[in-house]
Amino acid sequence: MSSFPTELKYTHDHEWLRPQGTSWRVGITQFAVDQLGDITLVDLPKEGDLVTKGQRFGTVESVKSVSDLYAPVSGRVLAVNPSLKDSPELVNSDPYTQGWMIDVEPAEKAEIDELLAADAYTAHVAAQ
Amino acid sequence: MERRRTPLWDLHRQLGARLIDFGGWDMPVSYPAGTIKEHKAVREAVGLFDVSHMGEAYLRGPRVREAVERLTTNAVASAPVGKAVYTLLCRPNGGVVDDCIFYKKSDEEFFVIVNASNTAKDLEWFRENTHSLCDVEDVSDRTALIAVQGPKAVAMVDKLAGGALAAMPSFTFTDATIAGATCLVARTGYTGEDGFEIALPNDDAPRVWSALLEAATPLGGLAIGLGARDSLRLESKLPLYGNDLDDDHSPLEAGLGWAVKLDGRDFIGSDALRAQKAAGLTRQLAGFTIAADLRAIPRHGYAVVDRAVAAGESPVIGTVTSGGPGISVPGAIGLAYVPVGKAAAGTNLVIDCRGKDIPATVVSGKFYKRASK
Repeated sequence: MSSFPTELKYTHDHEWLRPQGTSWRVGITQFAVDQLGDITLVDLPKEGDLVTKGQRFGTVESVKSVSDLYAPVSGRVLAVNPSLKDSPELVNSDPYTQGWMIDVEPAEKAEIDELLAADAYTAHVAAQ
Repeated sequence: MERRRTPLWDLHRQLGARLIDFGGWDMPVSYPAGTIKEHKAVREAVGLFDVSHMGEAYLRGPRVREAVERLTTNAVASAPVGKAVYTLLCRPNGGVVDDCIFYKKSDEEFFVIVNASNTAKDLEWFRENTHSLCDVEDVSDRTALIAVQGPKAVAMVDKLAGGALAAMPSFTFTDATIAGATCLVARTGYTGEDGFEIALPNDDAPRVWSALLEAATPLGGLAIGLGARDSLRLESKLPLYGNDLDDDHSPLEAGLGWAVKLDGRDFIGSDALRAQKAAGLTRQLAGFTIAADLRAIPRHGYAVVDRAVAAGESPVIGTVTSGGPGISVPGAIGLAYVPVGKAAAGTNLVIDCRGKDIPATVVSGKFYKRASK
């Protein structure tokens, strides 16, 4: 079992969030990456788009399968990782840093409080 | 239910494979290298596949050729001894029971390898349809199968077998000794590359696999999971039963007419196939590509649509049966059953990729063709 960075927050859908100023950076966890295998395409919203907690905001395609990405919080997309268009494999090689997906400015502070800490996420993964 | 394990399961675990449920078997979908590196290793060097989950049987008896003649669309019974023949097994209506390879060992003995997911069905089909013409012996549970594929495969296995194999023509087989084990070695595969498929007793499989992997590693070879097995076969336009072949489509529609020998023959499904050929096909399995800059990947089950249809009519004109990203070819690739009028090379299709209409172009032949020597 891989360990998950303690400075991040997590969702049950295997996304991580990192606070940076007023926005939160979003990506997918090592566990999700291991399940997906080699990622060949990442489809993300545009800067300025609004995402809604629990709704699909993008897709990740591996050689074998296609998976939806669900917004961890509602809010406006402030930035999209420009590198993933041509180098989706960054999600495999460096999911927590170079493989980030979007920066979101949350509309509801309360939604942040519902995210999982690393230990709770570890327990969630162990139960999968 | 406990998943079934091949005799190489422990070795896959040691290699760090990711194991998944594949038709009730616990099989490696990828190893730590990952599907893309595994795929490229087979295209550029050599790859080892554990395909021991596949089914194997012997058909034997003085009248076995009559039995095999009835079962197979291709000319299996009349093939020379030592020949491996790809064939379909058809139902009376021309639908496909399975695709498989028969190995003619003598005029009274055939070996056959069938798809893992169809093993029980096929064995029952053999027994039902050969009646008292031959004995059918299922040896699946004691037979392992290792495929060795790639441009470096033939020289590598030949060396391990003492030089007995390099001169074998494609689609022939022979008995050979590899790492002290007696194996049936066939010059066949499911990747579009040259290589061998090696059937051997379960007990010998770990030793032979280890010897092969030891020889392959310095050549840039890798163990290959089911993920790359699928992407390799798709690039070579080799059909997968359950995706591209099934009860509802005939081999003629699947573009496998080359493996259907109708002249002067009477086999299960021959009347239906003859009638279909005479009447002309209405639909056909077409290969198509999606340009890389469209950033879309077709998948099994996606609809092929024609938005120009009259209001109230369904825009769906076909279905994608297999699809994925090209790894050794640019863009994305797929196969779909479409009306014959839409199956010619160069035809523009539209694939509904999860709600987005994506243009695709029909191409003829394999997506990936290996360089001729």
